Amino acid sequence: MPEPSPILTVSAASCRFDVSPPALTRLLAHEPRRILRAVENISFTVERGTTFSIVGESGCGKSTLARMVVGLQRPTEGALHFHDIHRADGSFGPPRVQMIFQDPYASLNPRWRVGDVIAEPIRELRLRPDEAAVSQRVGDLLEIVGLSRGDAERYPHAFSGGQRQRISIARALATEADFLVCDEPTSALDVSVQAQILNLMVRLQKEFGLTYLFISHNLSVVRHMSDQLAIMYLGRFVESGPAETIFQRPRHPYTRLLLDTIPDVEQPNRQRKPMSGEVPSPIAPPPGCAFHPRCPIAVPNCSAVAPVLEALDERLVACHRAA
Amino acid sequence: MNATMAPPLLSVRDLRIVFDGRHGPLTALDGVSFDIAPGEILGVVGESGAGKSLTGTAVIGLLDPPGRIASGSIHLNGQRIDNLPAEAMCKLRGRRIGAIFQDPLTSLHPLLTVGEQLVETITTHLPVGKAEARDRALQLLKEVGIPAAETRIDQYPHQFSGGMRQRVVIALALCAEPSLIIADEPTTALDVSIQAQITTLLKRLCREHGTAIMLVTHDMGVIAETADRVAVMYAGNVVEIGPVDEVIRRPHHPYTAGLMASIPSIHTRHQHLHQIDGAMPRLNAIPPGCAFNPRCGRAEPFCRDVKPGLPGKSHAAACHFPLTEPAHA
Ligand SMILES: Nc1ncnc2c1ncn2[C@@H]1O[C@H](COP(=O)(O)OP(=O)(O)OP(=O)(O)O)[C@@H](O)[C@H]1O
Ligand SMILES: Nc1ncnc2c1ncn2[C@@H]1O[C@H](COP(=O)(O)OP(=O)(O)OP(=O)(O)O)[C@@H](O)[C@H]1O
Ligand code: SF4
Ligand code: SF4
Ligand SMILES: [Mg+2]
Ligand SMILES: [Mg+2]
Repeated sequence: MPEPSPILTVSAASCRFDVSPPALTRLLAHEPRRILRAVENISFTVERGTTFSIVGESGCGKSTLARMVVGLQRPTEGALHFHDIHRADGSFGPPRVQMIFQDPYASLNPRWRVGDVIAEPIRELRLRPDEAAVSQRVGDLLEIVGLSRGDAERYPHAFSGGQRQRISIARALATEADFLVCDEPTSALDVSVQAQILNLMVRLQKEFGLTYLFISHNLSVVRHMSDQLAIMYLGRFVESGPAETIFQRPRHPYTRLLLDTIPDVEQPNRQRKPMSGEVPSPIAPPPGCAFHPRCPIAVPNCSAVAPVLEALDERLVACHRAA
Repeated sequence: MNATMAPPLLSVRDLRIVFDGRHGPLTALDGVSFDIAPGEILGVVGESGAGKSLTGTAVIGLLDPPGRIASGSIHLNGQRIDNLPAEAMCKLRGRRIGAIFQDPLTSLHPLLTVGEQLVETITTHLPVGKAEARDRALQLLKEVGIPAAETRIDQYPHQFSGGMRQRVVIALALCAEPSLIIADEPTTALDVSIQAQITTLLKRLCREHGTAIMLVTHDMGVIAETADRVAVMYAGNVVEIGPVDEVIRRPHHPYTAGLMASIPSIHTRHQHLHQIDGAMPRLNAIPPGCAFNPRCGRAEPFCRDVKPGLPGKSHAAACHFPLTEPAHA
């Protein structure tokens, strides 16, 4: 197990999309440009060998942040920096980063046999000396994720949703990455296969010091996996810190509501409080604290002044009334 | 809602689906039977690859070759629909059966705006004009919780986040007010608050319009909250079916019991999650007798010889030694 040291530092990163209508339409209708702020001024550090999780409403910018981390999306402002690491094989350099995509359908090439999908990064990175070793490794990976060696011969369309998700996981593991960005990695899996995959991820982390950036809507899974946790709302972090601390004593009103809305097998008839108010748009975010139209404890000041992240009770919170 | 009294809206009997492969036919569904009453939500859970999506695909008549229905029947409102000509089935689909697929991208056209797709579906199935259809489309987008729907309606699918695309697919399925909805993982890409909004919407449709819903999901919390009954599938079979709280609280089938034990708890953090060791067999290697026997702690030699059937009780399990009886020494 390597010493704790930062592997990723994100400094004031923002990502904006121009979603304006075509220039001519805009001119004729006297419409201004429309800028969608998907990620706004986010900073955090991930320690090697730990799991950093991000949760938040659909559309709050999690996947955009994940895409910036793997370099698929450039930040419009700010910077992301990976620190060089010493690997178990003695090499030293920037960590190898890989992503498990949210959508297992879109991310698998339908014309490739599953074996080739998984073998590609192994060949590309020359991780095995010859073809025999490559196909041995592909077979092992298929078995690790609960599929069988023979599946290498088949095409993605012949697999169920969860089986495809496991193929993406096998492919990500094939790269022997140091840093895995997992965007909803188990959303298509039944709870027993999910348990196998999560147990596997934890084991790999213990054995090889893997680092995970983990995104999931399933808060039970997040609680099980995370060391650090960040709650995102409309492109910004509103609370971040040690996961257990936040689960036990959430301080931001949004985090509290989020934890209250979880469906629970143990208490199915509990009154779930669906969050009131409309989900705001990242094109025209509310002024002041973006959460104020839905916040049960908002005060007049909240719609005027935006709160900033401040240290409180072992974590960071952006709320005027958290203290 | 008493499911056994009302005549079923959907009735699936002894459905067998095979894939004709190079090495002969592979049986993917091996005699699946269940009913859904009007206004009822049947939850379907089970191992990844067990045949949940295939069952749904067969009901909406979209099974692609090399897959085919080898035997069995599907009735909607008393009318047999598994052998309808393609054209008649196409009419039925969208109008009387709405489908929410597991894969949101295949249901959305990348080059059409979200509004164009909704308007087209609405005008195809309902006798309304363009303007009225657009109003309805906007209304639906709001109901599924798309923020700033007035702006979003003119955007393309790729400009939406994963969860927002999923909600558009749900809106598409609801367009024509179908009497049966096949919802395959409708809420997995969604956060808990949108999820609560969607399940509330589905429940309301059942209550107010008597819509029947087949809800496939891995989320037991969602099942516990929304479904009336639940069917558990394993390796192409329904292995347990019954009222939702009974199946969750007192599972009879060893697979169901293992599944329930694997759910991570939100209340505490464990070092290790319970897992059912081993993997579901491939279609070409289904063991004789009970398909679960290699992974089952209660298996007896008898289980390897005789395949257990599903008794016709309201809470039934396809198992020789269900958990209601003490295991044999
Ligand atoms: N290429 C793009 N062009 C325009 N807008 C975009 C683009 N990609 C993402 N967005 C917008 O950015 C916002 C954040 O999207 P993102 O995919 O990061 O959300 P998310 O948090 O991953 O949501 P989900 O949980 O639904 O996957 C959304 O409002 C989305 O519509
Ligand atoms: N074209 C095909 N050729 C061969 N086998 C196929 C084909 N399509 C599906 N299958 C097999 O049929 C089985 C059932 O698939 P189905 O998609 O119904 O699973 P599922 O229960 O929905 O799983 P998940 O929860 O992972 O979505 C799987 O084992 C799959 O491998
Ligand atoms: S700053 Fe005000 S509106 Fe925002 S979360 Fe805190 S109390 Fe609520
Ligand atoms: S029939 Fe036998 S092997 Fe199958 S689930 Fe029951 S006890 Fe286990
Ligand atoms: Mg996303
Ligand atoms: Mg499926």
